[in-house]
Amino acid sequence: MTASAVEPQRIRFDAPLALSSGASISDYELVYETYGEPNADGSNAVLVCHALNASHHVAGVSSLDPDDIGWWDNMVGPGKPVDTRRFFVIGVNNLGSCFGSTGPMSINPATGKPYGPDFPVVTVEDWVHSQARLADRLGIDRFAAVMGGSLGGMQALAWSTLYPERLRHCVAIASAPRLSAQNIAFNEVARRAILTDPEFHGGRFYDHGVVPSRGLQVARMIGHITYLSDDSMAEKFGRALRDNAERAQPGDYRFTFDVEFEIESYLRYQGEKFARYFDANTYLLITRALDYFDPARHAGGDLSQVLGKAHAAFLIASFTTDWRFAPERSREIVQALLKAGRRVSYAEINAPHGHDAFLLEDPQYHAIIRSYFERIAAECAAGGDRE
Amino acid sequence: MSDTTTRPTQQLPLRPDLALIAQWIPQGARVLDLGCGDGALLDYLSRERGCTGYGVEIDDARVLACVRRGVDVIQRDIEAGLGMFGAGAFDVVVLSMALQATHQTEKVLAEMSQVAAQGIVSIPNFGHWYHAWSILMGRMPVSREMPYQWYDTPNLHLATVRDFEEFLARLELSIIRRAFLANGQPIARLPGLRATQAIYSFRRG
Repeated sequence: MTASAVEPQRIRFDAPLALSSGASISDYELVYETYGEPNADGSNAVLVCHALNASHHVAGVSSLDPDDIGWWDNMVGPGKPVDTRRFFVIGVNNLGSCFGSTGPMSINPATGKPYGPDFPVVTVEDWVHSQARLADRLGIDRFAAVMGGSLGGMQALAWSTLYPERLRHCVAIASAPRLSAQNIAFNEVARRAILTDPEFHGGRFYDHGVVPSRGLQVARMIGHITYLSDDSMAEKFGRALRDNAERAQPGDYRFTFDVEFEIESYLRYQGEKFARYFDANTYLLITRALDYFDPARHAGGDLSQVLGKAHAAFLIASFTTDWRFAPERSREIVQALLKAGRRVSYAEINAPHGHDAFLLEDPQYHAIIRSYFERIAAECAAGGDRE
Repeated sequence: MSDTTTRPTQQLPLRPDLALIAQWIPQGARVLDLGCGDGALLDYLSRERGCTGYGVEIDDARVLACVRRGVDVIQRDIEAGLGMFGAGAFDVVVLSMALQATHQTEKVLAEMSQVAAQGIVSIPNFGHWYHAWSILMGRMPVSREMPYQWYDTPNLHLATVRDFEEFLARLELSIIRRAFLANGQPIARLPGLRATQAIYSFRRG
């Protein structure tokens, strides 16, 4: 069961935040939610970092909409693997996003108009620095764990090296140490779909009262394909044809480019749904943050040298049918951690759902996370006793 | 395995071959435990001898058991290669009662000798007199160390004490120590016939 309604909160930051690009952003806001209660010594805080299209609304029912259940509600909550009866969990919406934190849709104080394409390009590291400032304001010196899946896992990894003293555990699920050429290629197709939509207007579509909906739909369709496995798509849709009264016989082709197959219908539905709520400029920003993430870039490609700075213990998990961030990508992280002599456990979950598996319930996956967090909770309790 | 669900708070005694192996591992050593099961050996070594290291295990339930008891475990088929663990990265590499179930036994031993200065292996001794007796009686042997029927056994490469020692020699691995157990008790005389388990510590050259 989920807890009572969760109220999103908002903090304003006046001091400029220097960004990786050399630009800086001042006077910005971060929206966040919290679940559970901090313990006496503040040692039970867990930060959950979100992936491409998620938000600060990690768990529970939103106070703003009773139908809006958090994106990781099966993972975080009372009695869940990350048990909010023991942990104080924080979900934060990243800078540049479109769910309440300052982003391209926000008003640029310099012009009095939405930032649009003028919103600075942000990186995973920029997000981590902004999250650290949020932690400062919330009085959290050190997280029991920073966790995330996919792009969220990259943030957790970046935390471990940028703020080694500020987390005891780093949990990176279905993640990668950097994108492959193929990963970047998919992102580029998505971006081109948006950028070439006539209603994009160079990112100033807000001024025109339109949305580059077709571009966003194609971007989402492409993305969605990479989240599913070939097998799960085959099982869910196969070659099933969409019901249509125009078919002479059920199963007959209609010889048209309109929707014929169930998979087409599903992807279009997902695309249309996404285009109604997601901001095109945010999509560009977040896919670029993915592309740019490469912590080993300034270490001659030696990831172990970078991860050697970490003090945290790591839990890395991957899913066998994930081809977006395949198990090999997680093993690269594990291998670097082994070489660096860091504490690490690695679980390779046999799950059929592809990349999406990190959001779904799987007994082995959830048992691993639950057990790992039970160990963390035991450490918190022991640490509390020492104080 | 029912013991994989054991809670970490219950400190069960170590399996006899693991207890013996633990005595051979120096204080504070970096240990890689291949086919680490529920992590009992590493848990013991970390608590009692200040050792660090990782277990390697392929089975879901055993990986979970390791996470439960706080033993660092890497889910991996040891036959897929030990390259990710790095050459010479460990003081001791252990493979207890699992070598006989590997497909590429020679490759596994050779890789073990790369990853650590010292290797420790325990095997069931197929030369035990009971096995010969069982075959004379027209039956494949079933014993405590090999509790399987011929049709469901995971064991592929069974060896006698003499076979295994010749095998180590052929791989240019020198035996540092050896010990023999009969039903969990150390024995010295006639190990080739009487030992149910043999334990070897070895190094390159």
